[in-house]
Amino acid sequence: MIPAAFEYTKATTVAEALAALQAGGEDAKVLGGGQSLLPVLRLRLNAPSVLVDCSGIDEISGIREEGGKVVIGAGATHHAVMNNALVKSSVPLLAQATATVADPQIRHRGTCGGSMVHADPRADLPPVALALDAEFQIAGSGGQRTVKAAEFFQGPFETSVGPDEILVSVSFPKYDGWSTHYEKFNRTAQAWSIVGVAAAVRMDGGKIAEARIGLTNVGGTPMRASAIEQALVGASSLADIEAAAARASDGLAPFADDDADEEFRLHLARVLTKRAVAAASGLK
Amino acid sequence: MTSLYDEVSPAPAADVPTKRVTINVNGEARTVDVEPRLLLAHLLRQGLKLTGTHTGCDTTSCGTCTVLFDGRPVKSCTMLAVQADGHEVETVEGMSSASELHPVQEGFKQEHGLQCGYCTPGMMLAAKALLERNPDPTEDEVRWALSGNLCRCTGYQNIVKSVLWAAQKMRGQNPEA
Ligand SMILES: Cc1cc2nc3c(=O)[nH]c(=O)nc-3n(C[C@H](O)[C@H](O)[C@H](O)COP(=O)(O)OP(=O)(O)OC[C@H]3O[C@@H](n4cnc5c(N)ncnc54)[C@H](O)[C@@H]3O)c2cc1C
Ligand code: FES
Ligand code: FES
Repeated sequence: MIPAAFEYTKATTVAEALAALQAGGEDAKVLGGGQSLLPVLRLRLNAPSVLVDCSGIDEISGIREEGGKVVIGAGATHHAVMNNALVKSSVPLLAQATATVADPQIRHRGTCGGSMVHADPRADLPPVALALDAEFQIAGSGGQRTVKAAEFFQGPFETSVGPDEILVSVSFPKYDGWSTHYEKFNRTAQAWSIVGVAAAVRMDGGKIAEARIGLTNVGGTPMRASAIEQALVGASSLADIEAAAARASDGLAPFADDDADEEFRLHLARVLTKRAVAAASGLK
Repeated sequence: MTSLYDEVSPAPAADVPTKRVTINVNGEARTVDVEPRLLLAHLLRQGLKLTGTHTGCDTTSCGTCTVLFDGRPVKSCTMLAVQADGHEVETVEGMSSASELHPVQEGFKQEHGLQCGYCTPGMMLAAKALLERNPDPTEDEVRWALSGNLCRCTGYQNIVKSVLWAAQKMRGQNPEA
């Protein structure tokens, strides 16, 4: 289908983009890689009057290290993120999860920032941001503010980025000495998670000393599994991991859809948590 | 707070102006006036009459609309034509010369890489981009590179063979040996 008519502005700086959003009023919308927004516009689920194209803003497209963190420009494409040497060595969980996003064509256009702001409950990058306590830099007319991952995701397709604001970057702390794994269950090569689990562990003397777990698509927002993180401390075998992961579904109230009913989603949460932690820790 | 599924505004914006864009299509600069909402796939098919670029879905899923955008495969149904201003686009029409097929096209012919042919332009362009970066791919790498392209006739086996045939030919080896 063909989108409803809109005005189009191409921004080359953040300042230009913010001015265009202000001028465009309530109905203006940021266009990132377009891989979620354009399908939505084609299906006419949304019809903004102004699109501000931010896909060519160099200042939000880079990937760099700053203050011990890896800073991913919101406009960095999935392709750029998963092939970036710094991301692969310092935030391998993000590189691994990004490589499972959609397919090569979509990864050439779609962006890390676009995926975060779109906040699709099935998306693979939000649980990584949550598990690793990433921070989001957001620019608005009043300047820049920083929001923690735990506050960023507010509901399905809802984040703390306001309509007249732009996500500038996402910064990931480096977890030196930790090992990580992203475990995703889906049915076809190019598809969102039916359930996905992002796991990071720090090992000490053959035991798990600390763990961080983020789950996707078991609720309206990504979930942090704090109770299991606690239960995993001290685990030294696959049986220990299994016992802790058996609680991964506690307190979750997932939804049913064509892919999975509630019970199957809870089952996947337990099984995938076990697999993700086993792979990250190397415990047998 | 932003929500993508806010109410659809009933009145479409009036008097939307067109933009003049110049796109290098298959090596030739084409200057056209486009409405911002025009999809690249529709510009190619209806505006420039390059009907080799197919469209098969409304959900960015099938990949039959794949073109090379600055050398990389993208889905032309999920890009605006205005976004291609100043960039290079290659379609299936740009693959062969008047007298010679591209080795990827030859491979699809030799190894029966198509049945109805609907997915074929997208498959071939995704394969061409792969072989330009990786002249000696494994079968897994071919499957990974084509994971954004669906074949409704499900002839994947022969499609993969076709790409491996082309890889051999492009490396100067005899694919029939
Ligand atoms: C067939 C298909 C399969 C997919 N599979 C997966 C998958 O397996 N896993 C997965 O995680 N995702 C998947 N996706 C989604 C994909 O990751 C998208 O790239 C991503 O969700 C959107 O990024 P984008 O840059 O294209 O954003 P856009 O589509 O341009 O924008 C999405 C939203 O974010 C806003 N936005 C974008 N950039 C900014 C910014 N800098 N500041 C403020 N707001 C901004 C837009 O206004 C819009 O509301 C899939 C998509 C498709 C079509
Ligand atoms: S027409 Fe199906 S992905 Fe473009
Ligand atoms: S040959 Fe028919 S869709 Fe692929």
